[in-house]
Amino acid sequence: MQKVAPGAVVVVTNMTVTRHLLTVLVCLSTLLSASAIAKILPEDRADVLWHSYEGDNVTINGPSVLIRKAYQDKISVWGNYYVDMISGASIDVKATASAYSEERQEFSLGADYLYDKTLLGIGFTRSQEDDYDASTFRFNLSQDFFGDLTTLSMGYAYGDDTVRRNGDDTFEAGAIHQSYKVELSQILTKRMIMNFGYEAVVDEGFLNNPYRSVRFVDPTVQLGYSYQAELYPNTRSSDAAAIRTMVYLPYRAALRGEYRYYSDSWGITAHNGEVSYTHPWRRHWEFDVKFRYYSQTSASFYSDLFPYRNAQNFLARDKELATFDSTTAGIGVSYLFNEEGFLFFSRGSVNLYLDYMMFDYKDFNNVLAGGTVGEEPAFNFNAVVFRAYLSLWF
Amino acid sequence: MRQVQRMILTLSMVTATLSLASCVSIEPWVSPFERNALADPIMTFSRGSADAAYIHHVHQAREGARGAEGGSGGGCGCN
Repeated sequence: MQKVAPGAVVVVTNMTVTRHLLTVLVCLSTLLSASAIAKILPEDRADVLWHSYEGDNVTINGPSVLIRKAYQDKISVWGNYYVDMISGASIDVKATASAYSEERQEFSLGADYLYDKTLLGIGFTRSQEDDYDASTFRFNLSQDFFGDLTTLSMGYAYGDDTVRRNGDDTFEAGAIHQSYKVELSQILTKRMIMNFGYEAVVDEGFLNNPYRSVRFVDPTVQLGYSYQAELYPNTRSSDAAAIRTMVYLPYRAALRGEYRYYSDSWGITAHNGEVSYTHPWRRHWEFDVKFRYYSQTSASFYSDLFPYRNAQNFLARDKELATFDSTTAGIGVSYLFNEEGFLFFSRGSVNLYLDYMMFDYKDFNNVLAGGTVGEEPAFNFNAVVFRAYLSLWF
Repeated sequence: MRQVQRMILTLSMVTATLSLASCVSIEPWVSPFERNALADPIMTFSRGSADAAYIHHVHQAREGARGAEGGSGGGCGCN
């Protein structure tokens, strides 16, 4: 198993980060000197959410609590506590290991500062599992132009991960993730908004999953194939660009559309599109429907079955890197209550959302189905994603 | 790194253009009092920050693509 030389990665990364931060700060100072009109802090709000995912014999659920509060109309602080409780055995695990359960906890803290009608935001997230720790720092800037018709936002994130492997105390590796994003929102008409977003992500370090394996043809065993550990490149860079639009319909309803294009240095190209619709009913109810389609090509070093051991420099059989498409249909309902206020809350809502996802893989075979090696049926599975949450404004 | 440098350059050009443009008086074609529909609570790209962050996480954990998810996106602390 390959290990990363953490010192080398950090030296290169620090120089790069310093240079890029400097450029971002120059952009920031230029923006701050420009004129701006109204900019307000996000609303004071608390969300208590329960999430549940069930698919491919895996169950993941847990809570998420998000609270945001402003002080003196200048600073808004927020905190989020999130948990993933994972149990079961996906097809990757069933083929090479046994069922497991684990828990991931994530704490986030952040603040937004309103300065001369410009919104500056910082945030920090710490995620912990028994075999994976991740720390991420974020910086965001947002400003309105042209009579509030245009909003420009920029963001930078720096993540530092530590990867371990249960059952192997000698293994530890690191990975650095950096993200640069810019977003432009434009009011087009009295009823229509357009949004364009671009994000570049650069990763360096140990990027594969330390548990996963690739399979190769092995005539010396009865099964006809054997497994070896997968091996990814130590770097990855990606570009994603998205365009979104939202229209207010004449009878008070909202229609949204989205398209995103993605490509990366591993050879993956992806497209996804989404349409959603919100329909209020009477005073207290809101109904949502959505449809999403996602499609991607495989990574250049991906194969369902390699011809022999160590067939390439890099080896992957993660189904996330395979050619596949997924279709999602979702519905939601919200009940808005106490719009006249209660206790120290100004209003609240109860929200239920259900998504049904269908994953259809093109070159990831279901080895558990048996058959001629390499000609097993392609794998597919469906998942149900449920969220229930209470929102309170104060 | 080339695409990051390209992105920074583009960003700087956009910033410079907007900064210069801010010196010019542009009459907003949608006045503040004409934005009732846009200010309606149903006119948001995501219905809730916690929910949007969770859905981005669901997608990022199962898809090869990442980035440009909109407001709440950006790193899920997972592999």
